[in-house]
Amino acid sequence: MSGFFAMGGYAGSVWPAMALTFGIIAWNVVAARRSLAAARAAARRRISMEDAP
Amino acid sequence: MDWTWFHRFGSPPHLYGLARRLTPWFAWPAALLIAIGLYGGLVLAPPDYQQGDGFRIIYVHAPSAWLSLMAYTWMAVAAAIGLVWRMKAAHAAAASCAPIGAWFTVAALGTGMLWGKPMWGTYWAWDPRLTAELVLLFLYLGYIGLRSAIEDPQRADRTSAVLAIVGVVNVPIVRYSVEWWNSIHQAPSVMKFGKPSISWPMLTPLLIMFIGFTLLFVALLLVRLRGEILRRERRAQWVAEVVTE
Amino acid sequence: MSGVWHCAQLVIGRDLRLAFRNRAQLLHPLLFFGIVTTLFPLALSPEPSRLRDVAPGVLWVGALLASLLAIEFLFREDAQDGTLEQYALSGRSLTWLLFAKTVSHWLLSGLPLALASPVVAYGLAVSPGAMPGIVASVALGTIALSLLGAVSAGLTLGIKRGGALLSLLTLPLAVPLLIFGAQATARAIAGADMSAPMYFLAACAVLGITLAPLAAAAAVRISLE
Repeated sequence: MSGFFAMGGYAGSVWPAMALTFGIIAWNVVAARRSLAAARAAARRRISMEDAP
Repeated sequence: MDWTWFHRFGSPPHLYGLARRLTPWFAWPAALLIAIGLYGGLVLAPPDYQQGDGFRIIYVHAPSAWLSLMAYTWMAVAAAIGLVWRMKAAHAAAASCAPIGAWFTVAALGTGMLWGKPMWGTYWAWDPRLTAELVLLFLYLGYIGLRSAIEDPQRADRTSAVLAIVGVVNVPIVRYSVEWWNSIHQAPSVMKFGKPSISWPMLTPLLIMFIGFTLLFVALLLVRLRGEILRRERRAQWVAEVVTE
Repeated sequence: MSGVWHCAQLVIGRDLRLAFRNRAQLLHPLLFFGIVTTLFPLALSPEPSRLRDVAPGVLWVGALLASLLAIEFLFREDAQDGTLEQYALSGRSLTWLLFAKTVSHWLLSGLPLALASPVVAYGLAVSPGAMPGIVASVALGTIALSLLGAVSAGLTLGIKRGGALLSLLTLPLAVPLLIFGAQATARAIAGADMSAPMYFLAACAVLGITLAPLAAAAAVRISLE
């Protein structure tokens, strides 16, 4: 198992590359959902403002 | 020819509903394929005869680079459709492509640099593909900058659409010119490693990763697309039904 | 058909007349070109062999930045005083009128830069034999650069403080021109055959002539809406 994590001496490159890519993927998932949630919230605010007298 | 399907497809409420229904059909297969591809790439594939285990970065680098280019192409195609048929939903799609594409350009650059460290002995060696990727990042940032600098959303859509189309004509020229430039200034210190003699156990996980990343892109695009459609349709009646339910 | 050429003549004639009435705008990019290229020997070293090595890069980066300065003013005044709107409403092809404007812009910025480049190159210890090649490469490269600039100027029209954005849009798109142009100049200095990069520059110019006016007209029309 430790051999797997050592990556044949390339651990210092392989694991940061994996971390970077999956960090960016995770951030993109969060950011996409956030952008949708923000648009929904803005639309909802607008509707409640129009409903108010 | 009957074009009603095209207009129905482009109608914002229809596209919004379609995007919502389709998202899980892309997101979960993407997660599954990326997990399989990662296991295959990191565990099952044999080490490369030249680069040892260092070549395994290809399993995230190449799909990221592929996405960075694909996102730009889709963005330009969506922008052109929006410009020609004055279709709001297409502009919304183009606007959704840009941040995703820019992030995967960053991923391709970062992983390329991390790959360069053991192979060239330095993070940055003005490798033609990395250089072209850097120019692509600037193109994305220019597009995002132009879009955010124009306040009127319709003008922002149409102006940035022109830039996206100009950019997509330029991308192949940039790539070609950079390769040509590199072929002249071949620095002797840069080790040109031969193409890994790719075998099936190496190639299969890579293909799985390519499909997984593409599906991931579509899923991210669909989620962002819904937000962009809502922003453009704030006054429409159907939005009230969708967001209050 | 003569109407079309007459239109272009009128546009170019008007631009040239206006430019010669306001010479400062004409001279600023040239001065900038001269000053920027003076900074390099001061920053690096006055040693002729080193200067000759960096001369193509210095010339081209300087020319690129200088023409960027000029691009900012390509449409600005015409947009402010309503001339562009008149062009758009004139019933003539806006694409053609903007192409004519780009031609006059090249005559006023690209051509002077090309003519000034031997002076700068001489300062960078380039031998006089290379000068015709340098002038030709800068003249050819700035054609495509002017066309590219017309597109970016159209895109950033109506944006407040669009100067920085203009450079962000133009410079990445100008990368191929920089590569081919600097290579052509380097080969001219080395006395080598410069036909390959010159063909590439010409190809870029032809592509620009066919597509850039269309894109610029689309961008200007959108900004006038």
